Amino acid sequence: MRRLIWLLVVAAVAIAYPLLLSSPFQQRLGALVLLYAIAASAWNIVGGYAGQVSVGHVVFFGCGAYAAMGSYAKFGLSPLLGIPGGIVLAVGLAAIIGVPTLRLSGHYFSMATIAVAETVRLIVTNTEWLGAAVGLSGPTVPRNIFDLSFLSSLPYYYLFLVVLVITLLITWWMANSRMGFYLRAIKDSERAARSLGAPASRTKLYAYMLSAALTSVAGALYAMMFGFVDPESGLGILISVKILIMAALGGAGLLFGPLVGAAILVPLEEISNSWLGGKGAGLTFVVYGAIIVLIARFQPGGLLSLFTGRSKSKIDTSKTDTSKTDTSKTDTSKTDTGAGHAP
Amino acid sequence: MSFVLVQVIVGGLLLGAVYALFSSGLTLVWGMMNIVNFAHGDFVMLGMYVAYVVYTLMGGGPILGAPLATLVLATVGVVVYFALIRDIMKGPMLAQILGTFGLALLLRYSVFWWFGANFLSMPPNIVGGTYAFAGLRIEASRLLAGVVALLVTFGLHLLLTRTSLGSKMLAVAEDQTAAQLMGIRPDTMQAIAWAIAAGATGLAGALIANFFYIVPTVGETLGIVAFVTVSLGGFGSVPGALVAGLLIGVIESLSGYLIGAVYKDIVVYVLFLFFLWFRPQGLMGKM
Repeated sequence: MRRLIWLLVVAAVAIAYPLLLSSPFQQRLGALVLLYAIAASAWNIVGGYAGQVSVGHVVFFGCGAYAAMGSYAKFGLSPLLGIPGGIVLAVGLAAIIGVPTLRLSGHYFSMATIAVAETVRLIVTNTEWLGAAVGLSGPTVPRNIFDLSFLSSLPYYYLFLVVLVITLLITWWMANSRMGFYLRAIKDSERAARSLGAPASRTKLYAYMLSAALTSVAGALYAMMFGFVDPESGLGILISVKILIMAALGGAGLLFGPLVGAAILVPLEEISNSWLGGKGAGLTFVVYGAIIVLIARFQPGGLLSLFTGRSKSKIDTSKTDTSKTDTSKTDTSKTDTGAGHAP
Repeated sequence: MSFVLVQVIVGGLLLGAVYALFSSGLTLVWGMMNIVNFAHGDFVMLGMYVAYVVYTLMGGGPILGAPLATLVLATVGVVVYFALIRDIMKGPMLAQILGTFGLALLLRYSVFWWFGANFLSMPPNIVGGTYAFAGLRIEASRLLAGVVALLVTFGLHLLLTRTSLGSKMLAVAEDQTAAQLMGIRPDTMQAIAWAIAAGATGLAGALIANFFYIVPTVGETLGIVAFVTVSLGGFGSVPGALVAGLLIGVIESLSGYLIGAVYKDIVVYVLFLFFLWFRPQGLMGKM
């Protein structure tokens, strides 16, 4: 019941926000929060629920952004028509990248995703057909409503809100389906999940592909709002990092974690940029870096875990106990394998 | 083989020795604590800026800059270990990745904020001119960097395998509890490992600062180079890092010469992915 009331309050605030705070800056800010929340929620499926920390999600973001702008710049079609193409591209790429990469555990997976993202960025930067370093532009003057090119941020705001709700519904549905249970089991211990018959590789791959598809939609929407994409804004590693930090700050693996993270970090970035001007760009990422270090050090579960931890403290104490024994077990197994190499 | 090709290979070897030097720092903490430092490349970047500041403020060359950069970075390493690594080591995977990644951003953009995004460089003749022998032309700064890096990497290998400090560190890497029972403090040993690893990056940074472009984002590329070197040489192996570093230096400069400068990074990244996917234990590593 309390959950439902909270949900209604959040929904009411989300719908009323751009009408109450109606300056262009505030509306744009709201739209950006929702946009990053979509991307971070998509990342959350594979990074939070499945525990595979991808730092290369910008590749899928770029798929969507380039497909949307490409359908206009190359074929004269509405950028909207690029979205399905972007999804197909992202899912296909996710399958190609995912099969060999998802076998890697922990750090190795993260490093491989960085290398993939940087490789794609370098290739696109050197491909004339994709606009090389300049990138692709959308329609400068909208021909009709399907070009989705508006001066005001208000239409974007409600469009993004709808997409975010769909993304969260998909995430919620996935988390409560068989797949969600598999993913949580894999996150806790992949070996144990496999031994109990959970199809770990396949489930991780499906999660990766689903996450890629949703991330590509976020990329397409981003490109439509800004009207262009270039290698830095569509494929730069910093986009990955932003997405990841938002999810982690709010709470990775929690449904509303990414939204909370985006609602904190996007205003922070926009305000620091508008106050500090050009000098602010560097400083924003200094603050980002400091925030991530602090979360990692003091609250690895994210901000929302503070509240969920309190509401079901009884279950949590037993949980932390088992997790403690778990880590000690993995520790000994690590040292065991280390000693196994000794003659 | 043409002379140009030999020239390119020699240049690759000299740069590769520096790659080997800072990668052996990464492989040391990786093998010992099973933690990946995503900020490793940015440590090298810091080393470059320390050398640059030493030059601009005091007019000192690498004779002053290199030891100072080593010292500064070793201190940074110890501080980072006690303030961050010690705690996130016990935490979940996400915290480990986020912690060092956040550190990378913090360092990179602090420097960006302070020095700006401009490409800086040292004066071309800071070490000496260009030597020519047997038709080869070698800049003194590259020669100095290559030779010093090679010697220090070899010294690091000796330190880890031939001294009591090295044995103690190895003991902590093998089994912390057992090491503790033998009267070795894991905390101290791990802090020393971080000091050595970060010190190596500082020295490497000061050495390549003499001929490399100095820019805040250089750490990203160098960090990936270190990952490639370590994955190629085997996680935790300093001799492996040495061989792999030299190899990557040569591959990089050859592909830069044969295919084009913009593609040399792509070649290195693809090589990295290839090794992660098909041979994660590296060329000769076993950890």
